[in-house]
Amino acid sequence: MPHHCVMSLNVESLVESPLAAPRPLRLIDDTGRAANPDEAGGLVLPDPATLLSLYRRMVVARRFDVQVTALTRQGRLATYPSALGQEACEIAAVAALGPEDWLFPTYRDSMALLTRGVPAEHILASFRGDWHSGYDQNAHRIAPQATPLATQALHAVGLATASKLKRDATVALTLLGDGATSEGDAHEAFNFAAVWQAPVVFVVQNNQFAISVPLDKQMRCRTIADKAIGYGMPGYFVDGNDVAAMYAVTSTAVQNARAGQGPTLIEGLTYRMEAHTNSDDPSRYRDAGDLEIWRRRDPITRLDTYLGEIGALSDAERADIRAEAEDLAADTRECMTRSAPVDPLELFEHVYATPRAALAEQRAFLAVELAEHAAASVAADTAESSTAQSGGTR
Amino acid sequence: MTLHDTAPTPLPLRAPVTLTMAAALNAAIQDAMRDDPTVVLFGEDVGPLGGVFRVTDGLYAEFGESRVSDSPLAESGIVGTAIGMAMYGLRPVVEMQFDAFSYPAFEQIVSHVAKMRNRTRGRIQLPLVIRIPYAGDIGGVEHHSDSSEAYWTATPGLTVVSPSNPADAYSMLREAITSDDPVIFLEPKSRYWAKAELSLPVRTAAMNTAVVLREGTDVTLIAYGPTVKTAVATAELAVAEGLSIEVVDLRSLSPFDDETVGASVRKTSRAAVLHEAAQFGGYGAEVAARLTERNFFHLAAPILRITGFDIPYPSPKLEEYFLPTPDRILAALGTWEWN
Ligand SMILES: Cc1ncc(C[n+]2csc(CCOP(=O)(O)OP(=O)(O)O)c2C)c(N)n1
Ligand SMILES: [Mg+2]
Repeated sequence: MPHHCVMSLNVESLVESPLAAPRPLRLIDDTGRAANPDEAGGLVLPDPATLLSLYRRMVVARRFDVQVTALTRQGRLATYPSALGQEACEIAAVAALGPEDWLFPTYRDSMALLTRGVPAEHILASFRGDWHSGYDQNAHRIAPQATPLATQALHAVGLATASKLKRDATVALTLLGDGATSEGDAHEAFNFAAVWQAPVVFVVQNNQFAISVPLDKQMRCRTIADKAIGYGMPGYFVDGNDVAAMYAVTSTAVQNARAGQGPTLIEGLTYRMEAHTNSDDPSRYRDAGDLEIWRRRDPITRLDTYLGEIGALSDAERADIRAEAEDLAADTRECMTRSAPVDPLELFEHVYATPRAALAEQRAFLAVELAEHAAASVAADTAESSTAQSGGTR
Repeated sequence: MTLHDTAPTPLPLRAPVTLTMAAALNAAIQDAMRDDPTVVLFGEDVGPLGGVFRVTDGLYAEFGESRVSDSPLAESGIVGTAIGMAMYGLRPVVEMQFDAFSYPAFEQIVSHVAKMRNRTRGRIQLPLVIRIPYAGDIGGVEHHSDSSEAYWTATPGLTVVSPSNPADAYSMLREAITSDDPVIFLEPKSRYWAKAELSLPVRTAAMNTAVVLREGTDVTLIAYGPTVKTAVATAELAVAEGLSIEVVDLRSLSPFDDETVGASVRKTSRAAVLHEAAQFGGYGAEVAARLTERNFFHLAAPILRITGFDIPYPSPKLEEYFLPTPDRILAALGTWEWN
């Protein structure tokens, strides 16, 4: 098999190696039919009950994402990076994990958080500007959503290695973007994971853009999964809009990691259907026609067709799932009407485990300032005087 | 080839136009690239998108892929390759998308950008500009509002500047691009949309000097980048209280213009320095210490630092409690013994 990334290496051994297929692995094709066996690469189709559960979670997560995007357009959130169109990757990654495992997500992966049980209100706390990470990371076993790109991949490798050293069964899974794989930290994470045989799974969501920059400006090899070869770990190039294939590959990788077989790199080929965030304007850098092509590859539509045709999804079930999604959307809207409990004095509470006099002093300063402002506004309200300003004590 | 070499033929002034700071920076890069074919620009999203703040808007269309390009997404790579380009006769202008995203490039900046000239006894110099959208007050989510100036000013070998208005933005960026020393160019995000009427190519004071923006007799407020606006607002408020505040816009953090700032402090005998960054080990400590050392007997009161708290930059809803405000500044000035 010709492979232009390789020059003088032993080509025979590469053929034996788990080099990613040039076409993405898939189990259910764009039209919702079972894929040809040669496309499945030996993957086993999950049973209908599993597929139905994946379907339900994708529908619910999408409804959440669409709702949050709408709220963001209304100016109710500071920012929101949508993962519309990437449901198969997001949901498969979470479905592959056990409760004892850890997830290391990015800003993009709110759907994954939702699917792992984080309440909408807690997910949105950071995006509406209340606090940096609004959920209980330990309870959910989800690290804070990482913004500095690829940095979380190293944390996942470290946690997984600690689990291995302690002889625990915990596996770590980290989500990364295609652009993030250019960062040094991504490469260091891949290499550490392989050298240490860490029980970690890298799921790269190749949505083909890093803000405005297409993947061909990031790299010249065929696939991101190909990079796994260079680090000495298995790599899989998967149709990221086929939740069946994503789930089959990811759950196998998690099981392998748990069984002591080390890390896996999985690339899900997908597409970012929305703007990078609400402050982005994709018309500056990509062809709207591509959206149409990817709409036809929609992960939910194709699974809907497949399940309908095998008789595993009735209209009653569709309505039931729809209702669950609408309830969540209503709850999400409702939680945005409640004002967030932000306390300025909490700013000083969590910086250090060991209390510091300097911070106590600064906290006291702010407390006085807040009390003065409160008093001044009461004074202004009662129209007594508006001159009770702070300062000017000369 | 560079502006320095062609100094005698300044470009004719164009008709005045109203420009935001982002547009003024854009015009500075555009004019520099038109004047000097060795100026190249690269970074994340600086090409067709024109940068997330649109500072490089239209440059890809005008100059093409060979001079304006979207690089792979890797800050250490961006700065490291800019070093190599500068060694081979180019003048790279690179962008770190936000201050906190410059940290992967820390090694390249601190160990190489800053030290190359010295370790090679001046044989290799690095005429490159690292543009960094800087500081907060834009309601940004975490990692989008850091003030990292003290990391750079604590590093010998770096020139660190920050404009506070569109005219300086244009003039200082053009000067930075022609400088034979590497420049860390801190662009206050909260000022990107500030407007001014400019006739380009505008030349303001030299990049490495401070300017007295507003004269006063009682106190010198020393500010730079985003806090200059706060200082001016404070001075305006203080008039009603009978307090005359002189505002100094540092513009250059490293080098520090001892002459201009020292003269102002000796005149007013009182000074406070403002920044968004945390106080402990912050840039204000250097300002207060060196002004005190040199002007101790002219001072009527200790120099104050009025800054962000010693905590990580807060989430958007709490940022207003963190940033120095005119009220907070006036209150701080009120803690001095006056008379
Ligand atoms: C170290 C670092 N550099 C730059 C950024 C700014 N930034 C945020 S998202 C992004 C694009 C990331 O693209 P990708 O990894 O493909 O993920 P996607 O957003 O497509 O999910 C950039 C450049 C950042 N967050 N961190
Ligand atoms: Mg991407």
